[in-house]
Amino acid sequence: MSDPALFQYVLGLADDQLVLGHRLSQWTGRAPILEEELALGNIALDLIGQARRLYQYAGELEDADRDEDALAYHRDARGYLNLTLVEQPNGDFAQTIARQLFYTAMALPFWQAMTASTDQRLVALAAKAEKEVAYHLRHATEWTARLGDGTDESHRRMQAAINQLWEFTGELFEMNAAEAGLAAGSIAPDRKTLRISWDRTIDTTLSDATLTRPDDSWMAEGGRDGLHGEDLGHMLAEMQSLQRMHPGLSW
Amino acid sequence: MVAATETAWAAASAVSDPELPPLTIADLGVLRGVEADASGRIIVRITPTYSGCPAMTVIQMEIETALDKVGIKNARVETELAPAWSSADISAEGRAKLAHMGIAPPPGPYASVTCPRCESAATEELSRFGATACKSLWRCTSCLEPFEAFKAL
Repeated sequence: MSDPALFQYVLGLADDQLVLGHRLSQWTGRAPILEEELALGNIALDLIGQARRLYQYAGELEDADRDEDALAYHRDARGYLNLTLVEQPNGDFAQTIARQLFYTAMALPFWQAMTASTDQRLVALAAKAEKEVAYHLRHATEWTARLGDGTDESHRRMQAAINQLWEFTGELFEMNAAEAGLAAGSIAPDRKTLRISWDRTIDTTLSDATLTRPDDSWMAEGGRDGLHGEDLGHMLAEMQSLQRMHPGLSW
Repeated sequence: MVAATETAWAAASAVSDPELPPLTIADLGVLRGVEADASGRIIVRITPTYSGCPAMTVIQMEIETALDKVGIKNARVETELAPAWSSADISAEGRAKLAHMGIAPPPGPYASVTCPRCESAATEELSRFGATACKSLWRCTSCLEPFEAFKAL
């Protein structure tokens, strides 16, 4: 492997998109209205498409005969490097929207910054993802406003979701030593610089939605080191079951 | 090898999009180029409209079949991401075909769209996401018909 730090980094990004995409796909057949069923399914498809490109690139970087399916289906939770926010269960619709809002408000400036990377593969991926994620962010901000500024019930649930998931937002801006090295080499965006844009999106959205921004307190961390809550293992067990029973199976 | 690449282009550019059959992949701007490598092998370059477009595998298979039919064996289909596909890559003919099949052609980003049935500009968006990744759901407030629009990207 020529660059282990870059491999780990690309793998972590792939895991972010796959885990969030898979979570959203779990709404299929359960969304509150037909239009929302299509919306969540489409967003899931975009994310899983982005994940596939990232896994393909990670596989080439690793150069160990692991393709996108091997990386997605034959690693346990401990080997997954995603942010802990994206693995949080769907909960009620408000929790799914809060997770979308927090993640996507980071992902849009992240991919925009990535278009200036010195790694041309990541630039091409980012130019594609940036356009798709702009649609995802509008979806999340509009639903946050609709629920927060809706009925007493929807306001209460949306605020509860914001409060509950807040502890997973600190990790969006954390960088381990490897990522900091890639950022110093202009390969990866510096996550610290994304905070300004994220704060602006979150503050405007919450204010429009008559919701209150929680105070910062304890923040979860460790996703990039493979440290996850128990929910990720349950999700992977279901997602990977077919490939674990029949390794290498194709349709 | 000019003749072979021209034959290959003619065959590949006639392949239909599986989700929008009246449109070819050339109309959509999905077909990027056809070249021959040093050994004379034909390389067809395509690009996805959306990262997760599920039609890409079918499109690749149909290009291979189309080339095979005109006697071009072992062609390779490559997917490229850069430059990222844009709805502005749809040809004038492609836009006309979309309108004809009742799907509003893509406007500029986030602009309003014209009803493909009565051509009224009085339309409203019902959902930004539709039956496929590349379409959104709209309603015409003049003729009251719901319709799909090709999303600007």
